[in-house]
Amino acid sequence: MKASKVAQYGLIAALALVLSYLESLVPSLGVPGVKLGLPNIAIVFALYRLGWRDACIISLVRVFLVFLLFGNGAGLAYSLAGAALSLSLMGLLKKTGRFSSVGVSVAGGVAHNAGQILVAMALLETARLAWYLPVLWISGTVAGVLIGIVSGVLVERVPDQR
Amino acid sequence: MNWLKTRKNDVLLVAALLLLGGALALFLHVTKQDGGTLRVQVDGCTELELPLGEDARILLGEGGEFTNLLVIENGAARIAEASCPDQICVNHGAIRYAGESIVCLPHKLVVSVEGGAPGGVDAAAR
Repeated sequence: MKASKVAQYGLIAALALVLSYLESLVPSLGVPGVKLGLPNIAIVFALYRLGWRDACIISLVRVFLVFLLFGNGAGLAYSLAGAALSLSLMGLLKKTGRFSSVGVSVAGGVAHNAGQILVAMALLETARLAWYLPVLWISGTVAGVLIGIVSGVLVERVPDQR
Repeated sequence: MNWLKTRKNDVLLVAALLLLGGALALFLHVTKQDGGTLRVQVDGCTELELPLGEDARILLGEGGEFTNLLVIENGAARIAEASCPDQICVNHGAIRYAGESIVCLPHKLVVSVEGGAPGGVDAAAR
């Protein structure tokens, strides 16, 4: 691996980590799980600039760093499920070539929330969390649009260093 | 700009997702009913069942490491205090409709409102 690529990996992973921390400072609006998805800016950027595999690795690094720094065991399962589902869907949508970063990021946001609810349902052995689904579904869509626009602009403007 | 190119599909996707979310919310809203009982589950097992009609203050997990103070007032239930670090269950609003729930993940606690109407699996099991 080239040194410039290592540096770029590190930069994006660090950025994703800082964005995770920033987001943890923003209170959720009464419903747990409603959030902007700021770290996804870095992940979508990586997806477009470096490719799907590299975005997955950076996302994994972020999840584990967040877990080590501020997390607990249950949180890790939620984050992993959310990240896995989100990245799979974003990769697929990007591959079709029919969507811009907005569509890709929206799908990622909704998939992330859906993944977390599914894990919560499995861990708590209850179907009662279905109530959260429409709320997180819509908030995930709105947040995804914003994140998609920001990442799109970044992919355009940030010079390619490879 | 390149990222603006395929906007039509994006708009369609967003519209479809919002519609689906709205439909799901509408469905849940229309089918909602006032709850009769409150069920307290810890780690998947039902610990307590309480009538929502009677005011109550109950300290769940008393004497243990994990405590949540459950308050029932005016037909609605909420968690007033908890020993968990994130306090998500405390910040969650009060619940009163069937199917609503408050979850405390660190304590594996689920407080949920059961439908007032008879029937269903639970009634059959009793």
